[in-house]
Amino acid sequence: MKVLVPVKRVIDFNVAVRVKTDGSGVELANVKMSINPFDEIAVEEALRLKEKGTVTEVVAVSIGPAQASETLRTAMAMGADRGILIRHDGELEPLAVAKILKSVVEEEKPGLVIMGKQAIDDDCNQTGQMLAALLNWPQGTFASKLEIGDGHIQVTREVDGGLQTIDLDMPAIITTDLRLNEPRYASLPNIMKARKKPIAEKTAPECGVDVSPRLKILGVSEPSKRRTGTRVANAGELVTKLREAGVF
Amino acid sequence: MPALVLAEHDKGRLSEATAKTVTAAAQISDTVHVLVAGQNIASVSAAAAEIQGVARVLAADDARYAHQLAEPLAELILSVASKYDAILAPATATGKSTLPRVAARLDVAQVSEIVAVEAPDTFLRPIYAGNAIQKIQIPSGVKVITVRTSAFKAAPLGGNAIIETVAPAADPGTSRFTSENLSVSLRPELTNARIIVSGGRGMGSKENFILLERIADKMGAGLGASRAAVDAGFVPNDYQVGQTGKIVAPELYIAVGISGAIQHLAGMKDSKIVVAINKDENAPIFGVADYGLVADLFEALPELERALG
Ligand SMILES: Cc1cc2nc3c(=O)[nH]c(=O)nc-3n(C[C@H](O)[C@H](O)[C@H](O)COP(=O)(O)OP(=O)(O)OC[C@H]3O[C@@H](n4cnc5c(N)ncnc54)[C@H](O)[C@@H]3O)c2cc1C
Ligand SMILES: Nc1ncnc2c1ncn2[C@@H]1O[C@H](COP(=O)(O)O)[C@@H](O)[C@H]1O
Repeated sequence: MKVLVPVKRVIDFNVAVRVKTDGSGVELANVKMSINPFDEIAVEEALRLKEKGTVTEVVAVSIGPAQASETLRTAMAMGADRGILIRHDGELEPLAVAKILKSVVEEEKPGLVIMGKQAIDDDCNQTGQMLAALLNWPQGTFASKLEIGDGHIQVTREVDGGLQTIDLDMPAIITTDLRLNEPRYASLPNIMKARKKPIAEKTAPECGVDVSPRLKILGVSEPSKRRTGTRVANAGELVTKLREAGVF
Repeated sequence: MPALVLAEHDKGRLSEATAKTVTAAAQISDTVHVLVAGQNIASVSAAAAEIQGVARVLAADDARYAHQLAEPLAELILSVASKYDAILAPATATGKSTLPRVAARLDVAQVSEIVAVEAPDTFLRPIYAGNAIQKIQIPSGVKVITVRTSAFKAAPLGGNAIIETVAPAADPGTSRFTSENLSVSLRPELTNARIIVSGGRGMGSKENFILLERIADKMGAGLGASRAAVDAGFVPNDYQVGQTGKIVAPELYIAVGISGAIQHLAGMKDSKIVVAINKDENAPIFGVADYGLVADLFEALPELERALG
């Protein structure tokens, strides 16, 4: 069975994001970019399934500018077998990404798509669910444990009240949560090896999908700042202050 | 055309998230309907009918909705979607799993986690872990929206909506509920709590969380945690507050042994009063704290417990 892992190139999670002064977006120039952390977890899970012998090939796919090939190299340095880059400059809405991914799924015919639950830049948390709907596949969102059976998969999900386990027919879409695994670091030899792994390249129009935006971004602004607080000397003073503030 | 709100409920109880989502929906459309899908939901439908501003409750009572699985739930919403100009759900695990399926099938975008309605077609939503606020317009088509409930007040009770039965929709039959392992707690649920006491890696162990529990119980508070505390197994996953956990905005949030990474701040910085207890005076959490106590938590927490009387 083949697993497809969509990986997005995003601002590194450690970067303090700044809004541009003209309100058109956030500062992306000279900012460290990385693979979306949830997608790294997705790659790791696919690799573990391969190491267990359940999966034969792990294919990473990224949609974005030329530099998204670096994100694919990261996935391949971890162990993904090959990469697919769908070139597109500029923002894409999750619906457009899902449509492109659908075309890739139809070509590659994976038994499973494992992807992140959320891209940490747009914080949308939509693409996996949309892809599942477009393919008419079941979905296991916010997964913290996977168990593959014969033609179906058990997915334990992180839900609001705790954990829920569901059983899905395959093929299926899985979206990862933080506790699914701890991704490995790529070793230097594997980073070298990844340079030789193939990346197939295509453009969004070549996928035959309409990626025109449905939404209009009217602007981006800074969140309101909290006023600076005060220090208290001990727990007693803290309780006094909270009583004064009327909390209890 | 009216707006449809997907009700959030559990074990026969309507969640307050529903009334909060109704508030957002009422700012988008003059008429609001609520869809209750589940099994044995008479009490939930009756509670939804009491929310002011709700004109009609659609009740779909069927075993296939018992566990809120996204596949059948999305089909149900799609079966009534043509009558609505906006479809909203609270940004809960169910809402987030289901609405993007609906949007994709309607071939429209979804707008996630709005925190304000600027105009019936224009919304504010946080991006980059709340480091930026996006103003976004849906120029045409059905508006499919999830609502960050911490940003909206619950619509009051006192309404008297019509309750109407809707037929279940075809179940794709590709997903099945197996089991669940839900946290049992007598403390207030995080998204509803007036006070939250949250622990981080600094708590050191599962056992040490008892120090926080004692304080939570004195104050009638809910218990939260950072990702690091959840990853370390100190507390269950549903305690996680943050960008990719629960978003909360209580009257009082007390962060103990939490450094204040942006991903954590994203989930709590809209709290009315923030208290931080941390032994590192340079911890970023102090940057958002109204009251900061630089101290070892193992001394400060017992002291705090005594001071609370
Ligand atoms: C994709 C992604 C998503 C994430 N989502 C979330 C999220 O939703 N929520 C979240 O919380 N994090 C999230 N994180 C993790 C986040 O980046 C931080 O790693 C995490 O919040 C740190 O948790 P912490 O503050 O408990 O631990 P640390 O950063 O290790 O801080 C521990 C603190 O405890 C203090 N301390 C230690 N001992 C004592 C003592 N005896 N007395 C007093 N103070 C003490 C230390 O001074 C320190 O400040 C996410 C990360 C990624 C990459
Ligand atoms: N441009 C992209 N290229 C590849 N995968 C993507 C892209 N955008 C989103 N995804 C996938 O969809 C997941 C959820 O993204 P989102 O719905 O935008 O929060 C991500 O974690 C990725 O796995």
